[in-house]
Amino acid sequence: MAVAQLTREEVAHVARLARLELSEDELDTFTGQLADVLDHAADVEALEIDDVPPTAHPLPLVNVLREDVVMPSLDRVEVLAAAPHVEDGRFVVPRILGEAP
Amino acid sequence: MSKLDGWELVVGLEVHCELRTATKLFCGCPNMFGDVPNTNVCPVCLGLPGSLPVINRQAVELAMRIGAALNCSIEPSTFHRKNYFYPDMPKDYQVSQYDEPINVGGYLELPDGFRVGIERAHMEEDTGKTVHLGGQGRIHGSSHSLVDYNRSGVPLVEIVSAPDMRTSEQARAYVAELRAILVAIGASDGRMEEGSLRADANVSVRRPGEPLGTRCEIKNVNSLRSLGRAIEYEAARQVDLIDAGEKVQQQTRHWDDANGRTITGRTKEEAEDYRYFLEPDLVPLAPDAGWVERVRSALPALPAARRQRVASAAGAEPASQAVVTVVDLELDDLVCAAVAAGADGRTALARASNEVAANADAGRRLDAGAFADLVKLEAGGALTATQAKTVLGELLEAGGGDPATIAAARGFEAMDVSALDATIDEIIAANSDEWARYCEGDSKMQGFFVGLVMKATQGKADGKAVNAALRERGGR
Amino acid sequence: MSTALEIAAAVRAGTTTARKVVEEHLAVASAREGELHACNLLMTDDALAAADAVDEAVARGDDPGPLAGVPIALKDNMCTRGVPTTCSSKILEGWTPPYNATVVDRLRAAGAIVIAKTNLDEFAMGSSTENSAFGPTRNPHDPSRVPGGSSGGSAAAVAAGYAPLALGSDTGGSIRQPAALCGVVGMKPTYGAVSRYGLIAFASSLDQIGPFATTVADAAALLEVIGGHDPLDTTSIAGPAPAVTAELGRGVEGLRVGVVQELSGEGIDPDVAARVGEASDALTAAGAKVEDASVPACTFGLSAYYLIAPAEASSNLARFDGVRYGLRVDGEDITEMYNRTRTAGFGAEVKRRIMLGTYALSAGYYDAYYGKALKVRTLIARDFAAAYEQFDVLISPTAPTTAFAFGAKTENPLSMYLSDVCTIPSNLAGHPAISGPFGTGDDGLPVGVQVLAPALGEPVMFRVAAAIEAAAPRSAS
Repeated sequence: MAVAQLTREEVAHVARLARLELSEDELDTFTGQLADVLDHAADVEALEIDDVPPTAHPLPLVNVLREDVVMPSLDRVEVLAAAPHVEDGRFVVPRILGEAP
Repeated sequence: MSKLDGWELVVGLEVHCELRTATKLFCGCPNMFGDVPNTNVCPVCLGLPGSLPVINRQAVELAMRIGAALNCSIEPSTFHRKNYFYPDMPKDYQVSQYDEPINVGGYLELPDGFRVGIERAHMEEDTGKTVHLGGQGRIHGSSHSLVDYNRSGVPLVEIVSAPDMRTSEQARAYVAELRAILVAIGASDGRMEEGSLRADANVSVRRPGEPLGTRCEIKNVNSLRSLGRAIEYEAARQVDLIDAGEKVQQQTRHWDDANGRTITGRTKEEAEDYRYFLEPDLVPLAPDAGWVERVRSALPALPAARRQRVASAAGAEPASQAVVTVVDLELDDLVCAAVAAGADGRTALARASNEVAANADAGRRLDAGAFADLVKLEAGGALTATQAKTVLGELLEAGGGDPATIAAARGFEAMDVSALDATIDEIIAANSDEWARYCEGDSKMQGFFVGLVMKATQGKADGKAVNAALRERGGR
Repeated sequence: MSTALEIAAAVRAGTTTARKVVEEHLAVASAREGELHACNLLMTDDALAAADAVDEAVARGDDPGPLAGVPIALKDNMCTRGVPTTCSSKILEGWTPPYNATVVDRLRAAGAIVIAKTNLDEFAMGSSTENSAFGPTRNPHDPSRVPGGSSGGSAAAVAAGYAPLALGSDTGGSIRQPAALCGVVGMKPTYGAVSRYGLIAFASSLDQIGPFATTVADAAALLEVIGGHDPLDTTSIAGPAPAVTAELGRGVEGLRVGVVQELSGEGIDPDVAARVGEASDALTAAGAKVEDASVPACTFGLSAYYLIAPAEASSNLARFDGVRYGLRVDGEDITEMYNRTRTAGFGAEVKRRIMLGTYALSAGYYDAYYGKALKVRTLIARDFAAAYEQFDVLISPTAPTTAFAFGAKTENPLSMYLSDVCTIPSNLAGHPAISGPFGTGDDGLPVGVQVLAPALGEPVMFRVAAAIEAAAPRSAS
């Protein structure tokens, strides 16, 4: 299966998904550079390996679990001190445009 | 708003159940509602750089219990990352089971016998809590928001039903039954108002026999009553749209309880693209047959079985309101114990589902022997229903006691059966015309004579016994 | 300079003090840091206080541990409680973790003295340390050249004598390649042998922390301290650290060594290939049976890696959003704040990889790219398994070239990515690999030879690495 050439619009879409703002120049540069990498990956894309199972992880471990025992939480003052903006013991964020999906 | 005449409502429900564990899903922070904001947090549930999740064994155990109770197949499972940016999610991805959930393919049987299919019941982590400021507490129009991560990482099981329900009553019954099951197996505290059980409804309408219509997902429903209202509102909204020649847009809508309507969620400029992939920081769950078997065999009696048991003990219908009530309130053991001790089942069920149910906390602590004795006194005619309720009130307050002693202290002496007979005979003799009418079948006369007897005995006679005695004498 | 083992022995025996050792090393660091910029932070006060604690323990008659008084530098992507941890990124500048990485606790328990947080390519993405937001590190052998990367700061710190030991992280060669370019020993353990808890993730299924040292024996000692099961890391292997020190003197008599053909031909500089040939001759001379080996799927490693690693990274780096810690650039609404923060906070290479990974995972492309890459991972594992039927270990160059000049590969990201072609297959397979210096290239700069082994094959791998070390020409430095 060949994937169509990467377009500038796709790069812009991906930037929006990744919450990155790209200038017009950056958009051009990134489109070219990402296309190079994807071209290099064409060898992988072209492999006929439908019957090969994927390996997402190098370890064959299963059922790694911990016991349901309370451990110390962090100091609240320390936690909040790291935050850029705090109000009323909570993390402040600007206006949210929509409910969680 | 339209009626649903000629339309069929189709409802599927997604219920998020916060698991009753001591700690969160992936870290040792307390799983506790209502604590001071951002106190139950650590590097893991705050998503600090470098932190890693480790799965809580008890959360897996409870998830498996849910699967077993919903007649699901318990399968090897994996966790994925669902990627999207939102401030209540500290890693900006949610760890959730995706295409390999722990529980698949079960069903839940409603009290009336209707079966709702369960597609899956999978594990995932909860998000933090956001409050919106400057917009009457709502997201729309707010100036900024505050985030508390105490809830972040609390273990959830999301139970996804098939779109099998056809009325809002069925949907409510489903959630009520599911809630009862989750509480019975110790998986949930069942507190919808605290958000530990949250139902999202997928609602669509269609002409009977036609394919499924476009659905909307209704979120933010936090009581059974709201669930029913939200579904009915939404169905009517969709019918209105279709009647007006418009199309239903597939979208997420939020229930606005104060205004009794659903409102559109986020406007989707771009389709969501969650970029699911296997969570590389975790390894699969593969409970062996022994573990699955231990979970299945350790399940307590579920509400349906308990309704069956108490119904047969009390000679009632399993779907009757009294039976549903005593099981919901966990008063069924009290009824069954009374019956086992030789008390009358109907009377026991009546008292348990009314007076005891009104004070269920005390009822669950009530000494079963005392309750059985009370039921015996009432059913045997030694106490009238009114007297029995008074004595029961005292028993509930004290947690037990001797009903006979309490009755005596209150002066509720038992009415001798021969004394009652004599009184009735005297009254019949003194009202021979009315008695003749009674014997001819004038139903109004029944109340007339019962009233006279009660008056003569100062209410100490047992109403039931009086009625029976009158019928016997009158040949009715 | 002394080796780590020599220092620890002297400190434990009381013939020197940890304070003296640390002061000497800090003096070296201070002298050369202006030129090299190996470190984001020199922890002078903390290090001296820790050294005094070790000396007090020795004075009390307590055993301060196997690395007593040994200075060590940490790549600045490992969390240190109360000490800034930046990943050489503006987005984390000023952030102070409230907790320690597991390896940090283990080092301290072993008596080691953390003296510095070292520079890296931002979020460990790079092969030259040129992608640091705080400026590049220079190669101690030739300051006009890069030290390699991404753990370039750690490699340079060890090569320049700031410390006999350092820790790096290796996702696609980020320990071994800079070790080769700086002429030191660098080792990536079997995936899961060392806890990742507290290592700021780049690509979770590939990342491993591992040692830098001047000798194979020091690297072995450090691995034994940091390795072993950690209940805080689900992907950590049960059981203790691999016991490797005891293997070092066993020689290679009778061992079967394969030279990976796919990593030896095209794209490898001839002088580098010549050093690998000499190293294999040395192994033959020491009694090993050396033959050509084939791991065909290795040729797809680079492509698969540059889909898998960015995909995981795009998700791992989502959390840097300006809400809870680190940089924030405010905006009118949350999306604007996210966009501005991330755009200002991440450098070009990090953005490039986030974009690449987001694309590889996105709807419509997952199967063609990420899904395919995971299958290639299976092929590589199978081909390695077949090779290890015939061989105990494999060898190859660590990097295709010696240290290159600044700017040589920054314009063309793909050319930079090709620096990792020999190191990537071990990460995809989760296998251990070690790089040791073996002579120099035509430019007089160090060449590294890589020894690869199957999962948990560290003992035999260290035997072979020790034999290569014993046969290596004396270092150029």
